[in-house]
Amino acid sequence: MATDSSLSGAAVISAIKAAGIEYIVSVPDIVTSDGLLWPIARDPELQHIRVCKEDEGVSICVALGYCGRRSLLLIQNTGFLDSINAIRAIAVEYENPLCMMVGLQGKEADVLPTQSNKVSVRIVEPMLDVMGIEHHLLQTTSSAEAIVPAVDAAYQEDHPVCFVLGQSPGE
Amino acid sequence: MSDMKRMKRDAALKIIAEHVDDSLVVAAYQAAFEWIIIRPSDCNLIATGAMGLVSSHGLGLAIGRPDRKVIVFDGDGSLLMNLGSLVTVGEVEPKNFYHFVCNNGVYEANGSHPTPGSDKIDFAGLASAAGYASTDMFDDLDDLSARIPDVLSRQGPVFVDFRVERGESYPQDYGYMHGAEHRAAFKAALRAS
Repeated sequence: MATDSSLSGAAVISAIKAAGIEYIVSVPDIVTSDGLLWPIARDPELQHIRVCKEDEGVSICVALGYCGRRSLLLIQNTGFLDSINAIRAIAVEYENPLCMMVGLQGKEADVLPTQSNKVSVRIVEPMLDVMGIEHHLLQTTSSAEAIVPAVDAAYQEDHPVCFVLGQSPGE
Repeated sequence: MSDMKRMKRDAALKIIAEHVDDSLVVAAYQAAFEWIIIRPSDCNLIATGAMGLVSSHGLGLAIGRPDRKVIVFDGDGSLLMNLGSLVTVGEVEPKNFYHFVCNNGVYEANGSHPTPGSDKIDFAGLASAAGYASTDMFDDLDDLSARIPDVLSRQGPVFVDFRVERGESYPQDYGYMHGAEHRAAFKAALRAS
C-alpha cells in the first residue's frame, strides 16, 4: 500500500499510460526492477523493447516520435551518463521529444539526489541543467502527477524531458 | 586496409536506388551524402546525431511504421560502435528492416584509418548469430544488379555486408545533415503517407 512518503509504481505506470506512451524502451535497473520494469514487461497495454545499451534507446525513442508514437526510455543513472552524447545530439540539438525516466542506483534514503555522497547520483540533475533538459524529481506518489503534462509538453513543443526517481518505486 | 574486393559505393547505391520506392531510408555519413543526391526524397533521414546510432534510428522507424520498408545504410565503423543493436534487432525481428553495412574497412570521414579487425571481421556472421532472418554479401556490381530484387523482397530483418570503396566525390553538406529543415521535411513526409 502506497503512503504519502512512498512512490507507487502503479501510479507511475498509470500516469505513463495516461500520457499516451505506448512503448517502454529499457535497460534493466535494480531501482526500477520490481516496481516498474517487471509490471511493465507483463502489461499487455504497453509494448516493451529491451535494448542492449541506453543510447540505442535514445535513437529508438526519437525515431518512434518521428512516426507519431510516444515512448519512454527507462534507464539507470549510469546509463544516462553513458548516453550523454546521444541525448545531446539527438534530443537537445535536434530539438526532438525524448522522455526519460532515470533510476538513481546508489542513492541514499532520505537524501536529495544533489546531496548524495555518490558522484553518479549527485551529478544527474546538474547534468540535465547544463544540457537545458527539463526534469522532474519523482519522490512521492503525488509527484507522479507531473508526468502527463510534462510528456504532453515534450511532444507538443519538441524537447526532451527527464523524470528522476528519488526513490525506488514500490507497488 | 585489406585487399578485399569492393564496389564503388556510389555505383552500388545507384543500383539499389532503382529498386527503392517509398521506403524510408536512414543513412550514415559518406553513404548519406551520396544517397541524398542519388535518391533525393523527403523519406531519407540522415540526421542520426551521434556516430553508431543509424541502425537504432532505423529500428525505431521500423517499429513505428510497420507498413513501410526501412532501409539502413550503416558504416562499418559506425556499426562497431553499436554492435549491440544487432542483438536488439534480432530480438525485435522487424519484418520491414533491411540493414546494409557499407563496409570499406576504414574510418573514411576521419582520415581513412583502418577500422579494428577490418581484415578479419565477419559482419554477416555476427548478424546471423544475433538473429537476423537472412544475411548476404555483395562485392560485385553485376551480382548486386542481379540479386538485389530478391534481397529487398525477403522478409526482414535482412543484413547485407556491402563491401564498398570511395567512388566519385559528392558534396558533404553537414549543414543540411544536422539542420532543422531536413528533419521537418522527414517528419512531414511520414505524416503525409
